[in-house]
Amino acid sequence: MTALTTTDLTPPRAVDDGAAGGGPTPGRRRFRLRLPDRLRQGGLPYLLLLPALLFELLIHLVPMVVGVVMSFKELTQFYLRDWTQAPWTALSNYEVAVDFDAPIGAALLDSFAVTCLFTVVAVSLSWLLGTTAAILMQETFRGRGLLRALFLTPYALPIYAAVITWAFILQRDNGMLNHVIHDQLGLTSDPTFWLIGDNSFVSLVLVAVWRNWPFAFLILMAAMQNIPQEQYEAAQLDGAGVWQQIRRITLPSVRPVNQVLVLVLFLWTFNDFNVPYLLFGRAAPESANLISLHIYQSSFGTWNFGFGSAMSVLLLLFLLLVTAGYLLFTSRGRKGEHV
Amino acid sequence: MRRTRIARAAAVTAVLTAITATGCGGGSTSGGSNDNPDELTYWASNQGTSIEHDEEVLRPQLERFTEETGIEVNLEVVPWDSLLDRILTATTSGDGPDVLNIGNTWSASLQATGALLPFDEETFEAIGGSDRFVPSALAATGAEGQDPTAVPLYSLAYGLYYNKQLFAEAGIEEPPATWEELVEVGERLTDGDTYGLAVEGASIPENVHHAFVFGQQHGADFFDAEGNPTFDTPEAVAAIKQYIDFLAADGIVAPGNAEYAQNQSVSDFATGKAAMLLWQAAGTSLENQGMSPEDYGVAPVPFQAEPPAGGQAINSMVAGINIAVFDNTDNRDGALDFVEFMTSDETQRALNAEYGSIPPVATAQESEEFATEELTVLRETLAQSAAPMPQVPEESQFETLVGTAMAQLFADAAGGQEITEDAVRERLTAAQQQMQG
Amino acid sequence: MSETLAAKRPHRSPTAPPRSFVWTRRIVLTLLSLFAATPIYVMLSSSLKPLEDVTGKFRWIPSELTIRPYIDIWDTIPLAKYFWNSVIVAGAATVLSVTVAIFAAYAVSRYNFRGKRVFTISVLSTQMFPGILFLLPLFLIFANIGDATGIPLSGSRGGLILTYLTFSLPFSIWMLVGYFDSIPRGLDEAARVDGCGPLGALFRVVVPAAVPGIVAVSVYAFMTAWGEVLFASVMTNSETRTLAVGLQGYSTQTEVYWNQVMAASLVVSVPVVAGFLLLQRFLVTGLTAGSVK
Repeated sequence: MTALTTTDLTPPRAVDDGAAGGGPTPGRRRFRLRLPDRLRQGGLPYLLLLPALLFELLIHLVPMVVGVVMSFKELTQFYLRDWTQAPWTALSNYEVAVDFDAPIGAALLDSFAVTCLFTVVAVSLSWLLGTTAAILMQETFRGRGLLRALFLTPYALPIYAAVITWAFILQRDNGMLNHVIHDQLGLTSDPTFWLIGDNSFVSLVLVAVWRNWPFAFLILMAAMQNIPQEQYEAAQLDGAGVWQQIRRITLPSVRPVNQVLVLVLFLWTFNDFNVPYLLFGRAAPESANLISLHIYQSSFGTWNFGFGSAMSVLLLLFLLLVTAGYLLFTSRGRKGEHV
Repeated sequence: MRRTRIARAAAVTAVLTAITATGCGGGSTSGGSNDNPDELTYWASNQGTSIEHDEEVLRPQLERFTEETGIEVNLEVVPWDSLLDRILTATTSGDGPDVLNIGNTWSASLQATGALLPFDEETFEAIGGSDRFVPSALAATGAEGQDPTAVPLYSLAYGLYYNKQLFAEAGIEEPPATWEELVEVGERLTDGDTYGLAVEGASIPENVHHAFVFGQQHGADFFDAEGNPTFDTPEAVAAIKQYIDFLAADGIVAPGNAEYAQNQSVSDFATGKAAMLLWQAAGTSLENQGMSPEDYGVAPVPFQAEPPAGGQAINSMVAGINIAVFDNTDNRDGALDFVEFMTSDETQRALNAEYGSIPPVATAQESEEFATEELTVLRETLAQSAAPMPQVPEESQFETLVGTAMAQLFADAAGGQEITEDAVRERLTAAQQQMQG
Repeated sequence: MSETLAAKRPHRSPTAPPRSFVWTRRIVLTLLSLFAATPIYVMLSSSLKPLEDVTGKFRWIPSELTIRPYIDIWDTIPLAKYFWNSVIVAGAATVLSVTVAIFAAYAVSRYNFRGKRVFTISVLSTQMFPGILFLLPLFLIFANIGDATGIPLSGSRGGLILTYLTFSLPFSIWMLVGYFDSIPRGLDEAARVDGCGPLGALFRVVVPAAVPGIVAVSVYAFMTAWGEVLFASVMTNSETRTLAVGLQGYSTQTEVYWNQVMAASLVVSVPVVAGFLLLQRFLVTGLTAGSVK
């Protein structure tokens, strides 16, 4: 559940600060408990931000800096105990990670490719289902409220409860899916494996889409409620049918929302750890070995935290690049449009 | 971008905190202290049927310890899923328990971190001497030539469990003594939904334990004398192929076993879906699932009919749990008292009887609880034909990589692929190359 | 709030849609309902089955209906304790996260100050950090803070609360900024004229007007904390273990009690699902506010 309807990733442009009076003044070095008015007005925004800033520093930024430092060290079982004393390795962790001819780099590349494919498929399907449902449920009809509640439930379930249920369904011998496909419909000659082998990719997509499409649905539903009724009325006067209205009004109107929605779905899906971990355990089948799990296994499974950190840093850089590129691309595409 | 005060302040704080963080990583004083003599934190592994069960079993013992010494013990039973992660984070941060259980195969790996208290002669004296322990169990407490960093707590070995009724129905009188016999009776027992053997195909530790035994019988060691990995030798390939072939070629294992990782194979055996099972001390689990001891027999794990050159007469790993002391404990004497208490005859008898395992303390073994058919077989195996898993620092990686490779081979086999020697070798080579990271 | 009424506004054509549209809608929505509901049905029906039903071949209808699993779940693992831990951790993380986010969002929405862009961009970008990168470092830092100050963070609920509140902070701030921006600044000014300070204006005017947005953010923060698995598995011990980790206890050394797993999954889902569905009206309003121009 997140806010996605502002049209830009950065919060809306600064508003003229009439209320605070006197415009921006830089923060002062010292704060006393009771601040003179002059200081208060300049320092107040910083004071208001301080708690958020402290938490972000403590939980996100400092650990990240430590993680980056670790990525330049040889942090194996021999040095784990006092990681500050672990020898520096310069870039060797990174060199191993990107040496795609050697098995370790090749495994990372495989996992990266699987993750990319998974992300593309899962995000597209989630978006497609969410959009379809949101459009079809734009108008009131009997049972709409109930249906909306049903659609949102998979997203509202705690992820572990949802994925455990899927693991139960996807068992080969006793699972529901094979019971339907094999026992009841007789579509396969042997029961299919869903949790090992190549089909695990399908399972992964299935579970991820099942869980994420309601989110796309919720956001788009919210966005579609903001389309002014007059636009549809005008279109009807022009003789546009339902399908044309969808194409000409509904879809273009939610474009700015889609821009952020797709980005958020992308980041969640790409970084997904929970679904594969809960579905397959720590060693996922190769066809479902998402990069987060691969890194986890490389850190905790083979006790090489320096190498694990280096891979995480590479992943972070990749995500930053993609996000920046995406924002640049989509905002250029929107230039001149009425937003 | 313009640097602002906020950003600058953030950077300064980040650096300061990072420095604080680096200033006191891990414990650096060796051997612990006695600053906090009235309390101990103990991480127990999950030995019983559930975490709750473990707490019930351990609590009376801990109370007895508190009565004797006045030391309070804070018990935490850590699930296997998170035990190693917790130990690793504790090792790195220095924020761990005083005493803990470890899987004995991790001994050498954890020894290499230096986070565990070494048991030199003097330390061993403090807990009553090293000669109290069964030698084979003591062999799985760390690398050779170094002071062990753990002592044995519960011992286990693999046995071949067989369903007496299914054997009788198929007219089989004796449990198989060789793998060739096992395949042969397995084929006779496989009929419809019943299969000859159940395996835990997606379980990394189970896989790797079998890899070790088959490896020993084929003369494959997985590590050379210098401690370098040798996963893909012809012997290792033959060994692992033989195990995978139970499912892939011999057809005595149900294909569905390839996705088992939650002890479903034990359930299959208990419910008669499989006639044989290779397991360590399955007795309590089987009883829990309604299979009484009269219904099954236990025999030693088979050997090769014609041992290959260099093959060892080994049919089990030395399985079990060790107990260790964290090096930076603030109650060193209390921790050692606790280790002595846990390995005393009385505690050993009580706990091992409850868990269905074998006491690694020689004098405690003599008790009649451990004279059942099952435990006699396992005890003899342990004494005569069991060997410890490789005691090298990289053992944990070996488990993860080879165990995973085997799970993938099982998946390939169950998916209908032919498992050739080349296919096995390819997986093992890839696993070995991952070691050189 | 007047916005909640807007959610009921009928849309698109006041005239009846064509048959093709109605039929498409029926078919597609039926399929989607099946997709969404089947796993939920499996969860519910399996939670009412005896153990034999869930260890053997799957069956749609339980051989007998039993509420036994719902009784047993409390004994197999200390579910009540885990539940309580989750309530405390998620509850505290939510309250703190939302409070902190309100202050920060107010600053960003109503003031112009140097570093605003840097702040918003860097806070938002933390959202893309792979959790695995800072799991071990965070544990180290908590342990060091614990050593230095005596405040136990690693293994305690406090550490987990801090972690989770920060996880939901970036989106909460971002969303509230959007919401606050949609509240007319004239309202603040009127309050100022009445003699309120800036904080007075925030609490007497802006916060009451932003209730739907705040509810939406709270639901998000609560769900984030209630469902997190990775950090919970390393940063809790037997006393502080949350549901996310605790539920794995039904897979015991001997077998998996699937019926109890399903019953427990259902029990732990009820609070969040019920809350989510009850508050969804606020959610939609809260989410839309940002794009109202």
